[in-house]
Amino acid sequence: MKEQIRLKLNGKSQSVEVDPNEPFLYVLRSDLELNGPRFGCGLQQCGSCMVLVDDIAEPTCIKPVSEFKNKKLETIEGLEKDGKLHPIQKAFIEEQAAQCGYCLNGMLISAVALLRKNPNPSEAEIKEALNPVICRCGTHSRFIKAVKRAANSSETF
Amino acid sequence: MKNLKLPKTDRRDFLKTTGHLLIGFNLFPFISCNSTSEESNVQAPTTIPLRPNNGNEMLDSWIRLDVSGQVTIMTGKQELGQGIRIALIQIAAEELDVDIASCQIIDGDTGQTPNEGYTAGSNSVEGSGRAIREAAAEARYQLLNLASQKWNLSVSELTVENGYIKNKNQESISYWELLDGKFLEGKVTGQAPIKDPKIHRIVGRSLHRPDIEKLVRGGAHFVHDIRLPNILHARVMHPPTYNAKLSKIDPQSILVLPGILELVVDGSFVAVIAEREYQAVIALRKLKEETEWTFPKIATVPENLYRQMKTNANSPEMVKESPGIGSKINASAKKLEAEYHRPYHMHGTAGPSCALAEWKDGQLTVWSPTQGVYPLRNSLSDLLGLDIEKIRCIGMPGSGCYGHNGADDASAEAALIAMRFPDKSVRLQWTREDEHQWEPFGSAMAIKLAAGLDAYGKITAWDTHLWSDTHNTRPNGKGGHYISGRHLEQPFQFEKGRFSEGTYRNATPYYNIPFKRLQINNYDGPLRTSALRGLGAYGNIFALESFIDELAVIAKIDPFDFRLKNLDDKRAIDVLTLLKEKTGWESRNKNGSIGYGIAFAKYKNSASYFAVLAEVNIDSSAETFKLTKLTGVIDSGQVINPDGLINQTEGGMIQSASWTLLEEVMFDENGVQSKDWSSYPIMRFNDTPEVEVHIINRQEEKPLGAGEAAQGPVAAAIANAIFDGTGQRLRQLPLKPEKIDWKKV
Ligand code: FES
Ligand code: FES
Repeated sequence: MKEQIRLKLNGKSQSVEVDPNEPFLYVLRSDLELNGPRFGCGLQQCGSCMVLVDDIAEPTCIKPVSEFKNKKLETIEGLEKDGKLHPIQKAFIEEQAAQCGYCLNGMLISAVALLRKNPNPSEAEIKEALNPVICRCGTHSRFIKAVKRAANSSETF
Repeated sequence: MKNLKLPKTDRRDFLKTTGHLLIGFNLFPFISCNSTSEESNVQAPTTIPLRPNNGNEMLDSWIRLDVSGQVTIMTGKQELGQGIRIALIQIAAEELDVDIASCQIIDGDTGQTPNEGYTAGSNSVEGSGRAIREAAAEARYQLLNLASQKWNLSVSELTVENGYIKNKNQESISYWELLDGKFLEGKVTGQAPIKDPKIHRIVGRSLHRPDIEKLVRGGAHFVHDIRLPNILHARVMHPPTYNAKLSKIDPQSILVLPGILELVVDGSFVAVIAEREYQAVIALRKLKEETEWTFPKIATVPENLYRQMKTNANSPEMVKESPGIGSKINASAKKLEAEYHRPYHMHGTAGPSCALAEWKDGQLTVWSPTQGVYPLRNSLSDLLGLDIEKIRCIGMPGSGCYGHNGADDASAEAALIAMRFPDKSVRLQWTREDEHQWEPFGSAMAIKLAAGLDAYGKITAWDTHLWSDTHNTRPNGKGGHYISGRHLEQPFQFEKGRFSEGTYRNATPYYNIPFKRLQINNYDGPLRTSALRGLGAYGNIFALESFIDELAVIAKIDPFDFRLKNLDDKRAIDVLTLLKEKTGWESRNKNGSIGYGIAFAKYKNSASYFAVLAEVNIDSSAETFKLTKLTGVIDSGQVINPDGLINQTEGGMIQSASWTLLEEVMFDENGVQSKDWSSYPIMRFNDTPEVEVHIINRQEEKPLGAGEAAQGPVAAAIANAIFDGTGQRLRQLPLKPEKIDWKKV
């Protein structure tokens, strides 16, 4: 049942031996020992488990790992480059955009996907991009501010 | 601590040879949501550090300065939420005059901190902040005394700067040098002078929370992230509804699945254990398809809930009597009566509850996102029949928790399973459906109000009558408070509590009213309930502040003026006055396209003052409305960390807007039907209003609890804004556009 699967994750080629039908999220957490992508619902309703797949924010809690082969995959662990935080990470720290922080992964991933496609989003576009991600602590207004701050940072995403 | 001179010590001999100063104190009643520990790498701690001996004194917390330059606050009282940890550290660093980076808090580990039981209160720096301030001041005072002896100078001739004591002869010595080799222990005497807030340098600043840096990098942080050796993965199959009994199960079909190690069946408690997490997920799915249950139908359904609440409640109990109140209301120039309803609401934590447990060498260790490690230990002792000494509970951050959610239940279940797998660590995670269906909800409530007004718009008398199920079923040492405890072959009995202060929190108006009566009917409702942010205050303030608005309307007085006329606490008046100013109330848009509503409350009638204005866009052609903006003003006394206070308040406002506009737990005779985010929608970005928070900082006042201040007022302000915009009064939450008769707008 198990299969050798190669993944291009955070700029590295990684190989895992898993059941190809297993949803990617479990592989990310169990085998690759990442903490960024989180389980929230397992139903593609909350965005906790999002990963950048060829620059698009995609939930990983249902889709099997085999469908992520040959794609450029990034998690928030991979956003920091050469010891420098990604502008969206800096913006979240500057805005202190978190309460419990459980939803941060989905927020950061969705924000990066948005900014790569549209570096100067309007407030409505930010809301639309973050809408798939659930935050129960009510930190929404800070997340919107943080995305605006990153957009204004004139850095590349 | 680079620039401090530290005495050289061999790390191995640290505890034996180094000196320290230890001051004991009591952390005041205090509760918070995110339990945390200081382990940054989220590896399981293996050693139990030396624990201070509290002798005969009933001290629950300690502040320790040691020669390594660390200031450690240890408390066994409670776990401290992330947002306020930084505030408490600021208080300690300020009073001690040390670098903030040298201070840490250790809490929530029964193996590390002394036990002093369980107290619930408000998620605030109110009590604990004062206690920590006094303890830090005491430590500083004792160090100054040491230096004064050393130099033979009086304390008044010494100054402290960043951990160094200096004298007029230009000599200086660090705290840590003073302590070398000495073991000083004491307690708060109350003799130590407390700093004048005017010279504060650390308190009052918006310092950043260190955990956010870790979170944005995807660092291990939550209980969910713990990876232990010999880990096994469990899922519990919860019954389809309350009081269900297992009638048919086929263990064989599960045990043949890959990676499945065991199926635990104990009465109606069923759990599957697998080598790999996803194997447990698959097995649970199959189990659910195949297993059969019998269960009693729920007699009460949402359509008859509030009627049942009235007819099936216990007889009323008078909390506050006021003889002849009915005739006083009747004799008033104007009078009004109205009834308000609040449905069951969910905590709905973003990440489902998770816990780990390990049974090894006769010792049980549980890593839990509980709100109280000591009550958890007591309750586990009851559930498992295991001595308290054999149980260690370690608090870990969970996903946002706003009261009593599934965290304790998941911890108990992990422990039950681990006891069957010696030497292995068992990680249990709930499913989304488990959390939605089985968490204890905030109770539905009916609130009936009557009041009279005199000819000048002064309230003459106020009568409150409320119906509610309990707002607290925390497992305080009782195994029957766990759902698993009730499902075992030898079940534990569950005895539901009755009403408490939490039920009628804020039910009595803070306004200056000569006659007030309050009575409660305790109602044994159909759903499991317990503490949810603000407890009864949310429903009570929604009703009270909606009713105040209704009274202002019949008095024909502006809602700000009406409130100000009936309040006499200056601080209450100040939050309303600042709100009026900040929102440009007088020049608001009056063309009918926007509804404006305000509300005010002093949480618990004893904590933070909060006033809020809601703006609702009315679109009568589309027969809908939309909340566009919330502006709040908060007075929490002395502000320790302004940005932290704003963050917490903004969060409360948005969460309350979500409860108020969208939320209601759906159930029918077969049980809870709100099982995921589509059957229990909450506010997402497209519906999020703009939020703005202003602070009144009162340096000279004590800090007040603020975490729950916004919940109730936001609900009423939205209802009042909808009334302003549509002319229709919605008295039953949630406030949905389809409840408006748009033909009449
Ligand atoms: S966990 Fe994948 S969307 Fe919720
Ligand atoms: S910060 Fe807690 S869920 Fe978003």
